[in-house]
Amino acid sequence: MATQASRAAGRLMISPAVILLLMWMIVPLGMTIYFSFLRYNLLIPGENPFVGLENYSYFFTDPNFWPSLVNTLFLVGGVLLITTVGGVLLALLLDQPMWGQGIVRILVIAPFFVMPTVSALVWKNMFMNPVNGVFAWIANVFGLPAFDFLAHAPLLSIILIVSWQWLPFATLILLTALQSLDSEQLEASEMDGAGPLARFFYIMVPHLSRAATVVILIQTIFLLSVFAEILVTTNGGPGNASTNLTYLVYSQSLLQYDVGLGSAGGIVAVILANIVAIFLMRMIGKNLET
Amino acid sequence: MARASTTQRKAVVTVCAWAVGLVIFFPILWTILTSFKSEVDAIAIPPKFLNFNWTLDNYHDVQERSRYFLHFMNSVIISLGSTILALIIAIPAAWSMAFVPGRRTKDILMWMLSTKMLPAVGVLVPIYLIFRDFGLLDTRTGLIIVLTMMNLPIVVWMLYTYFKEIPGEILEAARMDGATLSKEIIYILTPMAVPGIASTLLLNVILSWNEAFWTLNLTAANSAPLSAFIASYSSPEGLFYAKLSAASTMAIAPILILGWFSQKQLVRGLTFGAVK
Amino acid sequence: MGQIELKGVAKRFGDAEVIPPLDLKIEDGEFVVFVGPSGCGKSTLLRLIAGLEDVSGGKIEIDGRDATAERPAQRGLAMVFQSYALYPHMSVRKNIAFPLKMAKVPQAEIDAKVNNAAEILNLASYIDRRPGQLSGGQRQRVAIGRAIVRNPQAFLFDEPLSNLDAALRVNMRLEITELHNTLKTTMIYVTHDQVEAMTMADKIVVLQAGKIEQVGSPLDLYNHPKNRFVAGFIGSPKMNFMTGAEAAKHDAHEIGFRPEHIAVGETGDWKGKVTVSEHLGSDTFLHVDTEFGIINVRANGNVDVHHGDTIWMTPDRSKVHRFDAAGNTL
Repeated sequence: MATQASRAAGRLMISPAVILLLMWMIVPLGMTIYFSFLRYNLLIPGENPFVGLENYSYFFTDPNFWPSLVNTLFLVGGVLLITTVGGVLLALLLDQPMWGQGIVRILVIAPFFVMPTVSALVWKNMFMNPVNGVFAWIANVFGLPAFDFLAHAPLLSIILIVSWQWLPFATLILLTALQSLDSEQLEASEMDGAGPLARFFYIMVPHLSRAATVVILIQTIFLLSVFAEILVTTNGGPGNASTNLTYLVYSQSLLQYDVGLGSAGGIVAVILANIVAIFLMRMIGKNLET
Repeated sequence: MARASTTQRKAVVTVCAWAVGLVIFFPILWTILTSFKSEVDAIAIPPKFLNFNWTLDNYHDVQERSRYFLHFMNSVIISLGSTILALIIAIPAAWSMAFVPGRRTKDILMWMLSTKMLPAVGVLVPIYLIFRDFGLLDTRTGLIIVLTMMNLPIVVWMLYTYFKEIPGEILEAARMDGATLSKEIIYILTPMAVPGIASTLLLNVILSWNEAFWTLNLTAANSAPLSAFIASYSSPEGLFYAKLSAASTMAIAPILILGWFSQKQLVRGLTFGAVK
Repeated sequence: MGQIELKGVAKRFGDAEVIPPLDLKIEDGEFVVFVGPSGCGKSTLLRLIAGLEDVSGGKIEIDGRDATAERPAQRGLAMVFQSYALYPHMSVRKNIAFPLKMAKVPQAEIDAKVNNAAEILNLASYIDRRPGQLSGGQRQRVAIGRAIVRNPQAFLFDEPLSNLDAALRVNMRLEITELHNTLKTTMIYVTHDQVEAMTMADKIVVLQAGKIEQVGSPLDLYNHPKNRFVAGFIGSPKMNFMTGAEAAKHDAHEIGFRPEHIAVGETGDWKGKVTVSEHLGSDTFLHVDTEFGIINVRANGNVDVHHGDTIWMTPDRSKVHRFDAAGNTL
């Protein structure tokens, strides 16, 4: 469609968005890359000499680096496992005919709208607190000793909190996908003699797999940069037991004011995220064709 | 399949689903309940579910002890401001991509998406330094700028998927009928796209309201929106469950209500149209 | 006035030549139908005339004025789209008034014109409803109404009936023809349905792969197709084609007989076995398996022939169509 004139108008109207985003991406990212090659600490005034890959070698040899990388992977993997499996089960449950479906749906998706700082605080104080928390009381009821979640299993606790926040997302998307399944397809397969299990595995699972992939990829992007939950609950501790890559970079640059080192860490995080992003983009790009 | 037992089956499903739903919702319910308790009732063991003295004191105290209203307004201004700014930039762009697609349109869309995948921590240091040098730290303006740019790709994408659903023939008909480009957008496209624009606005207000990386890192006492302000309750002297609950309830209530209205659009926005 | 002339008009999308340079003259008041299989470029040609696409070469003249560079609205043409393209957020009245509003016509005049159009098209009873509440046929009328009020020099129709069911299509076909008789305005009508073309057109333009195969009146095309493509495309059921010995008898590479020019009898030239016989009451369509392949025959309604019967057929050899190896009529 379209004539020369409207094409020119089109280019004109798209340019503000493109130019602004380009600046937003290139300027700070360029600066991060540049800083990552400098010895640059805000507490040490003076020259910021070029030091090549020194920051990177410091970053990789930082005793906190490997634990934080492992923590990041556990955090992402744990939350993905819980939310995807839970999301499929919940979606299947919510897709059944029942009374008050709309209300249940609302209850289930609610956690997604709770800001990370609030959910972290609520879980930390009112549920996981070893003295006054609900969990401590439940343990007490069963005659078990109270467990100090954030002190003894900090990473697991954070995984639980984050999973609670993201389970609704997975459920909602999988449920939407499930509901978009043509009911005639299910009826046709029923006519063809497929039982409930066969229908689930041959019709529903293939239909859901695309949505599930989208869920996994998008969550991964967000989960790689979990930050507020850690800051509010454990401050990355005890020690580095719940420090992830994002939190490590934050503490190096804004707590220790080491701009060079923080920048190097930021670039590592960018590279890690890009690996995931490539897969996600391919998925979404394919979808753009239709 | 035996269809006779449908009612029985429905009853079982209903009980299971409600049980699961209530468990998931419980932390929020508990927060709301606790916000109406006295501090003593709030930490009582065994916990008091409904048998406590209902009070509104906490809501009052939260405002007394801190500038709660200021932070609330910060949240409103920052989330609405960044969303509207993003819409103003995105509507023409989405129009162009949906109705005058060129060979590069797909690439531009994908590239915009890729900027969203850039982890915030990768640009934390330079943004922090730029803001420091330009005096934007702890200002609403600064945060509006950051959140606008953060959400611009999502806004463009959502609008694009909505605009795509408007048949091009209708815009061509308007053109045949003598509408200029601006009239075409004002009289035809915008009214038809109102539902799409509204849900885009809603989703982005939600995302901006809950944003907690930039708000925590770039704001302090003056411009902190609720997502950053609430974090101050994590310090030991802030351990007042009832007040924490009251502050939290006020912080999440508006967005919870908005969110329930935008369930359907949420899926589309968060998956960049990959799942509808 | 509504005389439209295309001079060497061509359209390329990138490297693909959709319409090679072509010339066409449409007289004032004519009802011209562009017909051809899907993808033949007929809609593109219409959009070029409308100004919704730029030409890649050539000139479009409307009433002798060069309109090639004019915007769609300046050309004085009105278009009815396949999807009707009604504005869903406006009432029928506002839809019809929209072009007048864009042209800054005074409100009193707008009202008069809208009412007039509503009367002509018989849509007064639903003039305050929204398009979403209307049936397909009603929407179609509104779309035409929106075109009429502008008093255009020519109407452009882009497959306007393809979204209607069969019965309604026949109705609307009549209405559009009557409208043309009343308004006497030039109409250009695009369709892939040769029945619509035959029944409505003063002049048919048969297109294939962007090329004009033939221009002429319906009967002209039916009786004297210029080539094998036109012969096969116009007429329903389709013409029967034969090559080989049978064609050689007529001194041609290939010959064709229309189904209505083949008689069925106890004896005859060709023998065949009936595979399907469709009894319409007025006519009987026979599909007969012969040594030349399947042959379509149109017999009268009372022929009592059924699946499996063996019959004899005789073509009316004075009505033969003869083609050379390149497919052109001899």
